[in-house]
Amino acid sequence: MMIYLDNAATSWPKAPGVTDAITRFMTDIGANPGRSGHRLSIEAARMVATVREQVAELLGAPDPLHVVFTLNVTHAINVALHSLLRPGNHVVTTSVEHNSMLRPLTALTKNGVEFTAVSCAPDGSLDPASIQAAIRPETVMIALTHASNVLGTRLPINSIGEIAREHGLLMLLDAASTAGCVPIDMMTDNIDLLAFTGHKALLGPTGTGGLILGPRVDPASIRPVFHGGTGSRSATETQPNMLPDLLECGTLNTAGLAGLGAALSWITTQGVNSIQQTCRAHTSALLKRLQANTGVTVYGPRDVGLRTATIAFNINGLSPSHAGQILDERYGILCRVGLHCAPRAHATAGTFPDGSIRFSAGIFTTSDEINAAADAVSCLAQETAQ
Amino acid sequence: MSEQTVILFPTSAHVMRAEKLLNKVCVTCRLIPVPRHLSSDCGFCLVVSRHECAKVCALMDDKKVTYDDTAPLD
Repeated sequence: MMIYLDNAATSWPKAPGVTDAITRFMTDIGANPGRSGHRLSIEAARMVATVREQVAELLGAPDPLHVVFTLNVTHAINVALHSLLRPGNHVVTTSVEHNSMLRPLTALTKNGVEFTAVSCAPDGSLDPASIQAAIRPETVMIALTHASNVLGTRLPINSIGEIAREHGLLMLLDAASTAGCVPIDMMTDNIDLLAFTGHKALLGPTGTGGLILGPRVDPASIRPVFHGGTGSRSATETQPNMLPDLLECGTLNTAGLAGLGAALSWITTQGVNSIQQTCRAHTSALLKRLQANTGVTVYGPRDVGLRTATIAFNINGLSPSHAGQILDERYGILCRVGLHCAPRAHATAGTFPDGSIRFSAGIFTTSDEINAAADAVSCLAQETAQ
Repeated sequence: MSEQTVILFPTSAHVMRAEKLLNKVCVTCRLIPVPRHLSSDCGFCLVVSRHECAKVCALMDDKKVTYDDTAPLD
């Protein structure tokens, strides 16, 4: 038996149709979109254009041409930060960010960019007023995650987006943990830049993701990080100034995007609200069992409505790494333990440097699997306590 | 005079958007490799009937589909 509870690292299995779409693309199309003018190149470009539209539709982006494909969310966040920030700029972020946000921000401090990581409460919750208090005259951006990849805590992005607008700042959202399982609308949620990955709750293959630019982002203010072939303006040695080519050069992961397109079709058929409800039911059931266990410490908000399906916990007296090994070897439970690439989030929760066990259910997790996982943790906690 | 007109776009993504728009309003169009004497772009461009070109351009302007230029297809 194998129980996959590592959907926050990458979803598995993928949506129905993903593998077939990749195979079909590789078998029947395969060509490079936008480079050549033959029928297969055109067919590849049509596929990419369709996926751009699907992404825009799902995430409430007004212009599909402002969907820039990247390899993953880390890539997208780097493109956003490095392309828009200048020496002297200040960014407000939070203490529950993944290293995908903290490392590029830290790297940018060498270029004269400063940032403030506003402290979240130990359960990961954030008072929007603390974001407002951290804004300085030189602040140009609020960059934050939609939900902690450790604690599952969802941040109040709508209110924070309003603060960004009041101060004339851009809001960059890391939607790695939420795109596909939490409804997102760039316009109503006040998101100016949305970084997403295709391989988590969007149920697509690894190597897919993107950055979406909203109408408040002036393309003229962008200094691209990457420069290279786009198939457009080929006689010039400077990057074209039109999106998506301005930020999207080099051959795309077309096979991956074909798979992502199939995943987006499946998600659209199911509905994000329905997916969220299913994941919430699993989270609620698992939280109830874990919180009732005196040998287990659970982190993050108790209210299931304030979180994603990611649950961080520890078995008292057992190191997370050892617990993870036993859960895999003895119970067939696959999860992630340690710091989850988010040391500040663990420091916020009080679990740094050891980290925690993290269970993350997905849309294909079953109730039986949730019960079996809770049973396994109970056994392990009881055994450790003796 | 050529019976067909080439429409050039800044990126292949713009070509795709234009093609979709024209398909939606049942304007016949086809995609061909960008003629080298017209542009340095590596990809493709749109070809429409010369008689429909003005209408197509007006439609693209209306729908905010950016294009670069038009030229007779020799």
